[in-house]
Amino acid sequence: MAEKIKNKSVLFNPLSKNNPVIVQILGICSALAVTAKLEPAIVMGLSVIAVVAFSNVIISLLRNTIPTNIRIIVQLVVVAGLVVIVNQLLLAFAYDVAMQLSVFIGLIITNCILMGRLEAFAMANSPWPSFLDGVGNGAGYAIILIIIAFFRELLGSGTLLGMQVVPQSFYDAGYVNNGLMILPPMALIIAGCIIWVHRSINKDIQD
Amino acid sequence: MENFNIFIRSIFIDNMIFAYFLGMCSFLAVSKNVKTAFGLGIAVTFMLVITLPINYLLNTYVLKAGALSWLGADYAEVDLSFLSLIMFIAVIASMTQVVEMAVEKYAPALYAQLGIFLPLIAVNCAILGGALFMQQREFTSVGTAICAGGGWGIGWLLAITAIAAIRERLATYSNIPRPLRGIGITFILTGLMGIAFMSFLGIKI
Repeated sequence: MAEKIKNKSVLFNPLSKNNPVIVQILGICSALAVTAKLEPAIVMGLSVIAVVAFSNVIISLLRNTIPTNIRIIVQLVVVAGLVVIVNQLLLAFAYDVAMQLSVFIGLIITNCILMGRLEAFAMANSPWPSFLDGVGNGAGYAIILIIIAFFRELLGSGTLLGMQVVPQSFYDAGYVNNGLMILPPMALIIAGCIIWVHRSINKDIQD
Repeated sequence: MENFNIFIRSIFIDNMIFAYFLGMCSFLAVSKNVKTAFGLGIAVTFMLVITLPINYLLNTYVLKAGALSWLGADYAEVDLSFLSLIMFIAVIASMTQVVEMAVEKYAPALYAQLGIFLPLIAVNCAILGGALFMQQREFTSVGTAICAGGGWGIGWLLAITAIAAIRERLATYSNIPRPLRGIGITFILTGLMGIAFMSFLGIKI
């Protein structure tokens, strides 16, 4: 029973209390550049979930055989291998999105969430909890990405997933899309606001 | 002259932090005081200048479609570009290791300053990002790669030093709402600085 509760917290903690992006401040690099539209953000989130989960499992299986002083290179190679697979899959089945994401799929390799989870969790735990931890952290990352992309696409282009949601009558009445939202710096400011709201609710993690 | 333009371009217009958000993790984590931020900036610049030309040569003579034609006509069709991610990260990780050992042996004073940052650099997105932009934009010579690497590094250095200076002041002189203190305000500041840097976009060089 105790085991079950632990697995549950391993899976759900990263969603809010211990979110990798807004609490641990990992993986910001790619989080912000791909969020101008909702669709690439979702694809990016799914790719990261897949890569974190499977690299966690692989490293967890290998954890007793990896010599400590070359572990970073081993981890990077495992992650890079998985990212290459994801990249090729996207090029084959979702070419347009893959083009929009351009170098950022490759940059999943250096996403700090991966190295952070591999070092902190997978090196010390068995494969099944590691898998859950990977899924949890990937999902925590994806949630933030989707929230940011939702606001940026809604306010910046008036669309969601490419479909028009702000009705034409608004535009006729003088409503204008906020072009600033499309620019990358707004992603940072939205992320700052998310942190603000999140920390007002969870007082224990305030500085 | 063209290389000089690329150098300037890489510092301001293509700034790694404010235009692409690369290397944000260490940017946010290590920007609490100016001295360490400057040290990390130097280390990143150094690694970009070293790894970008190496990755350029690797890309041009091994990985690109038709790059192996110097081995003979049989190899002219080979395209290994799907391996580029693994090769680039391997070069970066091993160069980090080599540089760390070399600095430790020949410049112990510098090592004492940079020591903790050097291993971090292997996973700094700015370095791998530089390599991937190099591949995407099809640079034409080693000189271009070195100039772009130096420019990106110095741009990163400027950005992290600036934000560290602002954070030092903020910590003492301002009354920020409690939930926004620390990392929250840093995000917003970076965003505002990014908007300021966008004004460079209009400049054509």
